[in-house]
Amino acid sequence: MAASNFTFRVWRGDKSGGNFVEYAVESEEGMVVLDCIHKIQATDAGDLAVRWNCKAGKCGSCSAEINGKPRLMCMTRMSTFEPGATITVTPLKTFPILRDLVTDVSFNYEKAKQVPGFKPGKKEADGTYRMQQEDIDRVQEFHKCIECFLCQTVCHVIRDHEDNKEAFAGPRLFVRYASLEMHPLDTNDRVALLKEKQGLGLCNITKCCTEVCPEHIKITDNAIIPLKERVVSQYYDPVAWLLRKVRGKKTEAAE
Amino acid sequence: MDKYETHEHDVIVVGAGGAGLRAAIEASAKGAKTALICKSLLGKAHTVMAEGGIAAALGNVYPEDGWKVHFRDTMRGGKMLNNWRMAQLHAQEAPARVLELEEWGALFDRTKDGRILQRDFGGHRYARLAHVGDRTGLEMIRTLQQHAVHKGIDVFMEFNVQRLVKDGDKIAGAFGYYRETGKFALFKAKAVVLASGGVGKSWKFTSNSWECTGDGIALAANAGADLQDLEFIQFHPTGMVWPPSVRGLLVTEGVRGDGGTLRNKSGKRMMFDYIPEFFKSETADTEEEADRWYDDKKANRRTPDLLPRDEVARAINSEVKAGRGSPHGGVFLDIASRRTPEFIKRRLPSMYHQFKELADVDITTEPMEVGPTCHYAMGGIRNEADSTATKVPGLFVAGEVAAGMHGANRLGGNSLSDLVVFGRRAGLYAAEYAATVKTQPTVDAGELEELAKDLLGPLDGDGDESPYTIHHDLQESMQANVGIVRREDELKVALDDLQKFKARLKKVKVDGNRHFNPGWHLALDLRSMLIVSEACAMAALERKESRGGHTREDFPKTDPHFAKVNIVLQRVGDELQRREEPLPVMPDELKPLFEEK
Repeated sequence: MAASNFTFRVWRGDKSGGNFVEYAVESEEGMVVLDCIHKIQATDAGDLAVRWNCKAGKCGSCSAEINGKPRLMCMTRMSTFEPGATITVTPLKTFPILRDLVTDVSFNYEKAKQVPGFKPGKKEADGTYRMQQEDIDRVQEFHKCIECFLCQTVCHVIRDHEDNKEAFAGPRLFVRYASLEMHPLDTNDRVALLKEKQGLGLCNITKCCTEVCPEHIKITDNAIIPLKERVVSQYYDPVAWLLRKVRGKKTEAAE
Repeated sequence: MDKYETHEHDVIVVGAGGAGLRAAIEASAKGAKTALICKSLLGKAHTVMAEGGIAAALGNVYPEDGWKVHFRDTMRGGKMLNNWRMAQLHAQEAPARVLELEEWGALFDRTKDGRILQRDFGGHRYARLAHVGDRTGLEMIRTLQQHAVHKGIDVFMEFNVQRLVKDGDKIAGAFGYYRETGKFALFKAKAVVLASGGVGKSWKFTSNSWECTGDGIALAANAGADLQDLEFIQFHPTGMVWPPSVRGLLVTEGVRGDGGTLRNKSGKRMMFDYIPEFFKSETADTEEEADRWYDDKKANRRTPDLLPRDEVARAINSEVKAGRGSPHGGVFLDIASRRTPEFIKRRLPSMYHQFKELADVDITTEPMEVGPTCHYAMGGIRNEADSTATKVPGLFVAGEVAAGMHGANRLGGNSLSDLVVFGRRAGLYAAEYAATVKTQPTVDAGELEELAKDLLGPLDGDGDESPYTIHHDLQESMQANVGIVRREDELKVALDDLQKFKARLKKVKVDGNRHFNPGWHLALDLRSMLIVSEACAMAALERKESRGGHTREDFPKTDPHFAKVNIVLQRVGDELQRREEPLPVMPDELKPLFEEK
């Protein structure tokens, strides 16, 4: 691709309001949307607010909505657009605006604090842990998460219903819960907490989160559905229900 | 000046990568009221980009491995300029720190019998790097972050520290601003741990993220600490070279560790032409032996593709200069012809993804094009090996910002282990020190008022210089004049340029207001970048020899005088002053490890 011209419509403003501002950008071979935003900063708008760190798809900082679709700006190549196209860049819709393309993502950090930590079982006699690779493959998939929060912003449970935020952890955190629940060494039980306080039941598995995940984690199929199955077998399986009654097992929701 | 927040802690940790997180966890565990301050959101620090692994002599793959072998490899890789005691502590403690990460939830790739798998890397005698595919840094930072959440540490995100404040000669805290609001805050503290990372953003082609502007080095220098070894900058041999917008992005050494080989434009495995005398006895000199080495390390010597990074980077530089490079000014890194697509995708998923998405290259069928990229500062703040204390009472350092551990060149994998070994030590000794300080130090309010005014200068001034233009010019000058191969005349050009940049920075003017304003942030970050760049160029001019991450075209050999000294810089008034300090002497009982066998 040789150099091409594009028009960028970038949302500028803060929590009191804002509007779209247009910038003409010439894109060179190999450039990504984030390069164009940087070019705008260096030439037309030195104070254009944007978060970014690695520019390699590894840190998950430069999330934005490009032509309405949640994406990493550093991994969206200009060659995917027709030359001359107008490209609209807006901040993540689900989170409060701070300025321009920067939003307040503290929701995700607050929900992370509510996750009961990793609690490993006993070590082997030699003081180490043993795990087979095939037993950790699935959890390693979850550990690929770069916390870009694209799954959080696209999830309609909170994207369209602000009042659900209190009682809903969101796909990113469900991946985190799944990674702990399926960790071969972990001994904590978070199933009751997921059902009662983290809103797992609100997810109606439309798979929007899986579609936007830049790490291609199968969020719905591999994390959320298995967690839902655990809830079902603990709460609605009559044998499990009886056992729980008899044993009186404490749950993390009480904490 | 407007009102500013004031916080009080026993220990504050500046920087929340691997070293900062580990320091905060330790300080908090020792009972210190601890704050962790990070320039970005938590979990986004540069550690997240580390790929290949964490070096620790666990001996899971080769039981022959042990701390003494790791110590020897580290010292030889550092061209014997390392602080021997740091290298010893690092080699001895790294295995416990890796097992601790596992105990906190990290999931490293496994051996057949269920233990932590270890991979080959440059300069390491045995397969030694615990890893998770090629995203080990992400695993490490997430594990530490999630462990820290439940430890009662106060976390302050997107906060830029601009000055370390003192009470007399002792540390009294830190002052800076929130990136979001631009408002100032004072963190009073009995001890400060600097774990603020690297300096790569002064160069044009770098693997470093925007944060790596050398703030910690500037803060420490301004507070009276000594800087050391800043001439040693590691140019990682394999960065992406094409397309231009991703030039410098890291390509993990794991590609070579897992069987990849470097070739020039005629397909020749060129590293066989660049085996230095120092490594001859332990390096394969035929392709057959090099290939056998991957499976049998006892009967064969290591492939020259896995010589230490300084050697490989210089070799690539020479091939390109001689006209034997790849079309876009690098060389070829080929794993496609040597390993199956399944193996490559399993072992190197991020590399596969990165080349596919950003360069339209399928690394399972085509070679990559790679060339050197500014990656790591071996030098930094001078400190004591055991405690990480600097000469400023109450100031401790850990991670890339600290000097000494890696000498003249760092081995791959030794960075992540450095972070947790010395992060823990810095947190521990900072907490112990803070416990001996009975009353909270006091801070001079007048000094802060002056400082606040100064920090707002770029917004209020009537100059006409853009911070973006100054940054661009700085990167061009450092890349051209203080790059991988240096000469006296070019270093002098850089020092002249830096004086001009300083003058231009005084006339900087940014658009907009204090509210999340990247132009203003860059104008302030440039102050750090200029100090670091000057320190690097000055030290490079002084060291009239070639060693590790410092190559002088006009002094191409090592020099016995410089083998025994560190170049140390100290800020006096507005100037950096230079002196030589003798290296700490290794005790006799360790010396036999370095005798030729």
